[in-house]
Amino acid sequence: MANKDAPPRWDRKMQQRLARGEAAALGELYDRFASLVHGLAHRVLGDERAADGVTREVFAHVWEHPDSYDPRQGPLRSWVAALTHRLAVQRLRATESAALALDGSGSTEELENKVRHASVAARADYIVQSMPTPLRAALELAYFQRRDYRQTAADLGVTEDEARRRLRLGLQLLSTAHDAAAPGAPPGRYGGAA
Amino acid sequence: MTDADHGGHAGPYAAESGAGAQAGPLRLEHPVLKALLGAWALAACSAEETAAVEDHLGDCGACADEARRLREAVGLLQRPDSLDLDPALRTRVLESCLDRRPPRIPVPDWAMSYDAETARLDALLQDFGDAEWHAPVRLRWFRGADATSRRTTVAGVIAHLIAVDGLVAVALGLDDPLGPVTGGSAGKPVGSPAERTEAFWDASHFPPTRSVRGPWRDQTHAVVRTACFTGGGTSRASGAERGGGSGTMPVSYGDFELPLRDALVDRAFECWVHAVDIAEAVDYPYEPPAPRHLRGMIDLAARMLPGALADRRRAGLTSPGDTRHLVTAGRPGRSLRLEIEGRGGGEWLIPLDSPAAVGSADHEVAHVALDDVEFCRLAAGHVSPEEAAAGQVGDRRAISDVLSAAASLSRM
Repeated sequence: MANKDAPPRWDRKMQQRLARGEAAALGELYDRFASLVHGLAHRVLGDERAADGVTREVFAHVWEHPDSYDPRQGPLRSWVAALTHRLAVQRLRATESAALALDGSGSTEELENKVRHASVAARADYIVQSMPTPLRAALELAYFQRRDYRQTAADLGVTEDEARRRLRLGLQLLSTAHDAAAPGAPPGRYGGAA
Repeated sequence: MTDADHGGHAGPYAAESGAGAQAGPLRLEHPVLKALLGAWALAACSAEETAAVEDHLGDCGACADEARRLREAVGLLQRPDSLDLDPALRTRVLESCLDRRPPRIPVPDWAMSYDAETARLDALLQDFGDAEWHAPVRLRWFRGADATSRRTTVAGVIAHLIAVDGLVAVALGLDDPLGPVTGGSAGKPVGSPAERTEAFWDASHFPPTRSVRGPWRDQTHAVVRTACFTGGGTSRASGAERGGGSGTMPVSYGDFELPLRDALVDRAFECWVHAVDIAEAVDYPYEPPAPRHLRGMIDLAARMLPGALADRRRAGLTSPGDTRHLVTAGRPGRSLRLEIEGRGGGEWLIPLDSPAAVGSADHEVAHVALDDVEFCRLAAGHVSPEEAAAGQVGDRRAISDVLSAAASLSRM
């Protein structure tokens, strides 16, 4: 809810409190980002327990290395999302490689495909969650509720022109999920969409 | 509808070439077609528009490229998994973090159940829509010997929690959420929990909405954060140096006071009790607190029982023919053994004749056994003393008085 509008001030104070070793700050950090972290990890790994494990690693990393976040580089939320992405993909690759080594099923190429696919799916989730609410609402109506753009416009109380614009812009943002997904590419730019 | 019926209907998007009423396929200009690409990719256009767009894609490379990108993007839209995060995960994650790097400023033990219960309730509220926020809730408690209730909504319950948690906030030097409402000045909040709640509800011309969630959550976080500094850590020695001791600072509830460490356990208990009210109103399951937190809540209630017995005696509400014995303060007196079963349970000896007496096994006159959650429902006023499922042996009057005193701990 209010998370996305949090001012950078919150990010800076949070980092200072974590650096100071305030356990209450860690709790607040968890309350703000746990569902984001767990959701992204679950999208990559498709497994509840593995997502729990990544959630633990992400918060442990932030708690142990609060200085590795630089507020000047962007919002804490994006940074946490990128960290989650990296750790989740790492874990997926490790699990899949182990399975490959064990029974020799599949190929390295299939493994990379799977990793890339999971990676794009997680980034797409993040983009949808982070895009401006009017765009998300329009996509929600047109895609999940199967409304055409005229009905979408009526539901949202905007012109048909505006409904078309929102649907196109929303999809344009979403399509950037593919951009950073080349094999071996860094986890990508989180937060660009917002 | 066929194209033939369609003449003149295309409105401002009809081509200006004047293709006219009888034209077959809809003819649109490039900018209009480009603007339709998003709706087209989502299959949210009319059949005529779809045909016009697809026709255009054969001729226009730029639009064809974008169309392909947007179609691929549609494939990425997925329902969020909307997994409910396991509330126990929070504790596990935080503990494993704190093991790896011990905190310089820990959350005191006595603030942990409040921290955990507010987080659990917030997670319940997470996905609520307007229907849930406005679902009716009946708050229930005991006044004197009578069951009382008050109607509100889910949002109204959260407003109630804001108003009463505000007592702790004010004691800690934070802003009173009622601030201008009651004219309370710093350090001296006005009113009992019920008065504060009514004042808070009345202060708005409109019933509370989902907008109460943010301020409620911010206040709970501020209370925990401030308690860590004011109340001292888990170490008694260093806590005493910081002046707050181990949470001994008094918190006023209007007509009585609790030390901060007990007040936070009390607020954690209320938070759970009302979370159950809310969960029942919207038909969600809701688990009891972690066993050690539950035990802390039961222990607080057990420690408050002798005072509640004395209050009821003064009000003439105890059993007639009361065989009260005079005891000297600090001496053992007639006692009731309260045995709480379950993972949050334990045993307490409740002195019956005076809050100043000491519970004593040698002077035990009665024994009551209840399940942990059942005892909490009794202390919350959600089950009457007569209906509470309690195993009992010994002095029936003493048992009835203690169960009634437990119910009298409940309040709005």
